[in-house]
Amino acid sequence: MSLLIVENIHKKYGTEEVLKGVSFSLERGDTKVVIGPSGTGKSTLLRCINHLSSPDAGRVWLDEVEVTAAKAKINELRAQMGFVFQSFNLFSHLTALSNVRIGPVKVKRMKKEAATKLAMEELDRVGLAEKADCYPAQLSGGQQQRVSIARALAMSPKLILFDEPTSALDPELIGEVLTVMIDLAKSGMTMLVVTHEMGFARSVADEIIFMEHGVIVEQGTPEQLFSSPKSPRTGEFLHKINELYGETG
Amino acid sequence: MIFEWSWLPQLAHGLILTIEITVTCIAIGVVLGILLALGRVYGGKWISIPCSIYIQIFRGTPLLVQLLMIYYGLPSWGIMLSAFTSGVLALGLNTAAYQAEYLRGAIQAVKTGQLFAARSMGMSMVQAARYVVLPQAFRIVIPSWSNELILMLKYSSIVFSVTLLDLMGVAKRIASHNFLYFEVYIVVALFYLALVFMVTQLLRMLEKKVHIPGLGEHLEG
Repeated sequence: MSLLIVENIHKKYGTEEVLKGVSFSLERGDTKVVIGPSGTGKSTLLRCINHLSSPDAGRVWLDEVEVTAAKAKINELRAQMGFVFQSFNLFSHLTALSNVRIGPVKVKRMKKEAATKLAMEELDRVGLAEKADCYPAQLSGGQQQRVSIARALAMSPKLILFDEPTSALDPELIGEVLTVMIDLAKSGMTMLVVTHEMGFARSVADEIIFMEHGVIVEQGTPEQLFSSPKSPRTGEFLHKINELYGETG
Repeated sequence: MIFEWSWLPQLAHGLILTIEITVTCIAIGVVLGILLALGRVYGGKWISIPCSIYIQIFRGTPLLVQLLMIYYGLPSWGIMLSAFTSGVLALGLNTAAYQAEYLRGAIQAVKTGQLFAARSMGMSMVQAARYVVLPQAFRIVIPSWSNELILMLKYSSIVFSVTLLDLMGVAKRIASHNFLYFEVYIVVALFYLALVFMVTQLLRMLEKKVHIPGLGEHLEG
């Protein structure tokens, strides 16, 4: 059975239907990239998966446990899903080390010494061990985002959801975050990534989902989507992105 | 007669009472203020609305009226409180309303992304408030609370109107006995000034001690 199953998710904000029945599944160890124009419900989809917002209809399973069930232990389930935000959202009053450590200590009730060791290992993994004592405001955007990835990793999640992790970054800082994400994907982490980084999508994704107006228009391997898209909309979108950002690979 | 200073030591007793009243009312205000702010922000409407009504009443009526109501008014309902209890209760209940509003503002100044991040790693609402939102809100609120503490230090002088012999009460008695209004009130004013100065310095130190880069800096100017 797939690690993550999303079945017919609907979500309305007011009268605006943002998600109109989205279904897909994600296999263990795979990286799936969600692309599409802004305002097509990609971020909402991620939030419905970890229940930061609750879908109006549809179901979500994580590792055979239903997240959308009325009696779901939502905090336990969220602890198994990392979430990396566009705006990093590192805890402003905590050092990088404490940001990474707080989840294991407060949510998983890990001993502080063990959690400190773990947090240092995760910071090292994203190349920021020497910034352990810095506060978020003392770090660049790229460094903050890497710390937030380390924070997600410290919970040993079953998968990590990335919500446009590089969209708030200056262009020269995008690379360091993508490098960390590529390494993660290679190490076998299961990832669901909403992004406009086509280079990343093309080289790392096992499968790409193209979403527009709250529905999945098309999904397939990068080769399928980039070289022979089935839907003319997919082709148009990729062409537009190509024009905007130059080369896509 | 003009240089008769023998009344000076009496002021020391008043000074101690002023400090006692201020500390007690601030303590009441902090505890109650935190509860009111949490009720306003996190309580559903059944908790939030009563908290809001409380705050409106205590901010919307004069402190002196509140004090006189408690000391002279409550006995007609059979509730007799000592002058000291009435004083700290009036000041405490009043400052709680202001402190609650400052803290509510500070809680709401913490970006919602912080709460999302906490919840998304599996923290409960209580954990997220306790470990993520409130530690930031408390740092943001320090400057406002400092002002409130200084105000209370000075407003505590109204307890003379319920017969308490705080700094102001003692001064009034000495002044009217000896007709030394000018000298006595000048000295009393200097006492308050010195107290306010010391408190300000202490709070600055506290603010520096708990300061975190990038947090609450926009409020310092």
